[in-house]
Amino acid sequence: MSMAEAVDRFVPDGTQLAMGTCLEPAIPFAAGHEIIRQGRRGLTLIGPISDSLFDQLIGAGCAERVCAAWVGNVSEGLGHCYRRAAERGEPHPIEIRDHSNFSISLALWAAAWGAPYMPTRTLLGSDILTTNPDLELVDGSVRIRPVQPDVAVFHVQRSDPAGRAHAWGPLGITEEAGLAARRVIISCEELVEPEVILSDPNRILLPETKVVAVVHEPGGAHPSPLQGFWRRDHAAYRDYAARSRTAEGFSDWLEEWVLGVSDRAAYMAGASRAELAVQRHLLSVPVDYGDE
Amino acid sequence: MSEDYTAQELMVTAAAREIRDGELVFVGMRLPILAYGVARSSHAPSARALFELGLMRDAPAPAFLATMGDPPNVAGALWATRMSNVMALLAQGIVDLGFIGGAEVDRFGNLNTSYIGGAIRPATKLPGSGGGADIAILSRRWVALMSHERRRLVDRVSYVTSPGHGDGPGWRARMGLSGGGPTAIVTTMAVLRFPDEGGEAYLASVHPGHTVDEVLAETGWDLAVAPDVGVTPEPSQQELAEIRRLDPQGFWTGRR
Repeated sequence: MSMAEAVDRFVPDGTQLAMGTCLEPAIPFAAGHEIIRQGRRGLTLIGPISDSLFDQLIGAGCAERVCAAWVGNVSEGLGHCYRRAAERGEPHPIEIRDHSNFSISLALWAAAWGAPYMPTRTLLGSDILTTNPDLELVDGSVRIRPVQPDVAVFHVQRSDPAGRAHAWGPLGITEEAGLAARRVIISCEELVEPEVILSDPNRILLPETKVVAVVHEPGGAHPSPLQGFWRRDHAAYRDYAARSRTAEGFSDWLEEWVLGVSDRAAYMAGASRAELAVQRHLLSVPVDYGDE
Repeated sequence: MSEDYTAQELMVTAAAREIRDGELVFVGMRLPILAYGVARSSHAPSARALFELGLMRDAPAPAFLATMGDPPNVAGALWATRMSNVMALLAQGIVDLGFIGGAEVDRFGNLNTSYIGGAIRPATKLPGSGGGADIAILSRRWVALMSHERRRLVDRVSYVTSPGHGDGPGWRARMGLSGGGPTAIVTTMAVLRFPDEGGEAYLASVHPGHTVDEVLAETGWDLAVAPDVGVTPEPSQQELAEIRRLDPQGFWTGRR
């Protein structure tokens, strides 16, 4: 399935959408850019930190609510579109439900496990408790209400057509987001035969029953890194930070890299992208699933 | 200040000295990544590093990192896992030390990285907690890194993202916070410390090239000065070499 078809079918206006769940690596930028191209509105963005992707969706007017621990540009600092939306209501106001990294993880685990809430000691003494209605102080501990995404999008190293995905490297809050979500869209560097995936079932990210779409999207995480495939494009983050400082600069950036681009293959064309490919490969030793 | 190093390089070495050998350190981002490398290469060879996206290491990545998720930080890791497993160690109280960067800090070490000017229609929306609040509440002790400006070191923060010592000694215990709270604030001008029982920060040392009066003028409360206030030790050549090995372009240390 193409990313355009996956977004068209499974990410309608008003979707509660989890993305960027590995934190800095493996951010599904290709999916985010397609969501912008299709003009989605009223999204709730769910994630831990977001390295620029949420900022772009907010600047493009796609989001009405953010449920996250941190929104900005990790190597460059503030998220300028996030600031304009929160401070001046541009392009329109957004509701912010602040979390910490731990609390958004626990909120997703609560949804994943069907629990009414998760008790924790984190956020005790933080004003986040007073400004996020999903958090409650009861008898000296914090109760975190479940956060259930309608859709979670993950970019992974490889998947088979049935949505059995192999992902490696740090996973952040990907497992709880995927288990909690009603539907999962997998975007992958390599689309492989089921035999490849099933040779290592421990590495399968999620039950295939959650996955509604598999999109073969090489470079789908650019400018974020992907272990074994892509280095992080620091210059792209720097360029985005500089140009998104003003609304006009952001519009120009959006036209150049999102609206004026047909799809991810066109976006990834060119030598400067190819130079980001990982050159030094480090293969793990295979494990033995021998059975008799 | 000597021309031989930047203010950020001095902050890195001051932060590195907060790490003790054998400790489990919640490293985070930016300067603390370099501080872990410096400590590991000198006085704390067996300190381990945790990264909240789901990594443990026993040595700094051998290449420059713009983020904790850059591929060189994953290759050679002791553990690549999910965030909630790393947070489990924090929640059990077995993480010795964490680092947090702050936009605004107050006399009790409370950090604001969320809203300047109220949460409803803020004058400035800052990125938020990230893992900061979790480290502040659950690690055994933590150290803040700040740019030393009067608008950033304020009497009381208007929004507590990551709690320090609240409103004074005993606050953390009353509120049920399990960790010990901030022990130091390393700024671009000075090192502030807190009494063992918590409470209010005092000036412990001034970086070379700055004066006590300058620090007091750039601090937004009546900062107590330790009777034995000293000069922050300068980075050694070995420490500078390690910083520049890990950040050859000076991306984090003001040399870019």
